[in-house]
Amino acid sequence: MIDYEKMLSKTVCDIKPSGIRKFFDILSEMDDVISLTVGQPDFITPWHIREAAIESLEKGKTYYTSNAGMTELREEISKYMKRRFDLSYSSRDEILVTVGGSEAIDVAMRAILEPGDEVILPVPSFVCYEPIATMLGAKVVHINTKLENKFKITPEELKSAITPKTKLLILPFPNNPTGAILTGEELKELAKILRDTNIAVLSDEIYAELTYGKRHVSIASLEGMRERTIIASGFSKAYAMTGWRLGYICAPRELVSQMHKIHQYAIMCAPTMSQFAATEALKNGDEDIEMMRAEYNRRRVFILEGLRKIGIECFEPEGAFYIYPNIAPFGLSSEEFCERLLYEYRCAIVPGTAFGESGEGFARISYAYSVKHLSQALEKIEEFVKSLKNKA
Amino acid sequence: MDKILKLLEDDATLTPEQIALMLSKEVGEIKKSIDKYEKDGVILGYKTLIDWDKTDREYVSAIIEVKVMPQRDKGFDHIAEKIYNYPEVKSLYLMSSGGFDLALIIEGKTMREVAYFVAQKLAPIESVTATATHFVLRKYKDKGVIYGACEIDERGNLII
Repeated sequence: MIDYEKMLSKTVCDIKPSGIRKFFDILSEMDDVISLTVGQPDFITPWHIREAAIESLEKGKTYYTSNAGMTELREEISKYMKRRFDLSYSSRDEILVTVGGSEAIDVAMRAILEPGDEVILPVPSFVCYEPIATMLGAKVVHINTKLENKFKITPEELKSAITPKTKLLILPFPNNPTGAILTGEELKELAKILRDTNIAVLSDEIYAELTYGKRHVSIASLEGMRERTIIASGFSKAYAMTGWRLGYICAPRELVSQMHKIHQYAIMCAPTMSQFAATEALKNGDEDIEMMRAEYNRRRVFILEGLRKIGIECFEPEGAFYIYPNIAPFGLSSEEFCERLLYEYRCAIVPGTAFGESGEGFARISYAYSVKHLSQALEKIEEFVKSLKNKA
Repeated sequence: MDKILKLLEDDATLTPEQIALMLSKEVGEIKKSIDKYEKDGVILGYKTLIDWDKTDREYVSAIIEVKVMPQRDKGFDHIAEKIYNYPEVKSLYLMSSGGFDLALIIEGKTMREVAYFVAQKLAPIESVTATATHFVLRKYKDKGVIYGACEIDERGNLII
């Protein structure tokens, strides 16, 4: 008899499956649900970008590229970082093209962390950081971001999270699920604390193009920060290219050269046709970004005002395409709230606890949907909230 | 306030309440603006895009090029008016082409009906010197909307 328990890695087996797997399983089997759960754009990748990939296939460009990615793409990424965020990275050895922002995060964490190291993670945040850290034997130290701080991390919180074992700070802003951003001023305060340490920063900037009002500022642009910062980003959110699986890392060459090895042996190179598409996106896609951002912004204001009108307290998200309402006043746990909304009113939103325990009392609503769809969902949420208030 | 126009151009079903939410404005203010646009003739109407091929209604459309002799003092306007007053004529444009002057889009139940219109109503108009009728075989896209496509949300529901 095979003993799978002995066969498998204990570390991997010990990683908890997401607590809300059940919620998503139920959701996927229900019909007629108005869902606001999807964490990806509802736009189709702009045609000129798709066309570039098709052309590359027609011309038979089906080879591996160099490990780090096509030279032309890296040059375009370099120009893009300069143009949009005033950051300078050499296309030769400071940029690595990855399979989505996800691989960028994985490679960065693997290059930095060893068993016993501590990594500081603001929560709630995207679900991948913690399992990766666990697989590396590193210890995750949470900073619970708070509604009253607009879900930002404060200098005091950062200071008290740092120990002699701290190797890495993860900065997932603009944040999924809260929609919080960190401004240049706020980053400066954090930078002051980090400047005299040997702590690396993994800045996950996948939503950098989706900020409303204030332009995104990368911590790498601040004094003393570039040399310790790894920027992980990608094309999924900015250009509606989720399925292309294309991302990149920008970091000092001393770090990139090590990450390059991990990428080289684990992945070889990112998909070639996606690289052609991404090159076109960077060359001629700035207007696409503006168009999509304007549309998200309309929906953002729509859902924010809509939720407030029906009596749900909401922090105004300034980035990404999520809103993170406070549902604690209704007296249900996040999961209860979302399950009942799903069963009784056939409307799906994600319990905050999907993003860690700190998400209790909150829910994530994605507004990557048409206004009509959002409108229908709001009606259902309103009915549900009214029924809860009537009982109370 | 052309933000309202842009929104309504893309989706005429948006209510003033929805527009007000999107633009962070008072509903009354939005209603007033829309009223004014309608009164000033900036907003001329609201229609629905229907793929008649998916229904059992008989339907055919044609693009017709018309060559006309412009009239003294009146140019093309008078003749254009004569043509657009026919309810069958859905669109009418004055063109810069050398080959013809007006282009119109006509809808009818059958090709015969359209042919009848051209022969009996359009061609006999005094200043019309020639017509060329092009029947539409299939509508792929109209007003920015692709025909035949269905809106199905196929995005993967990952925990992201």
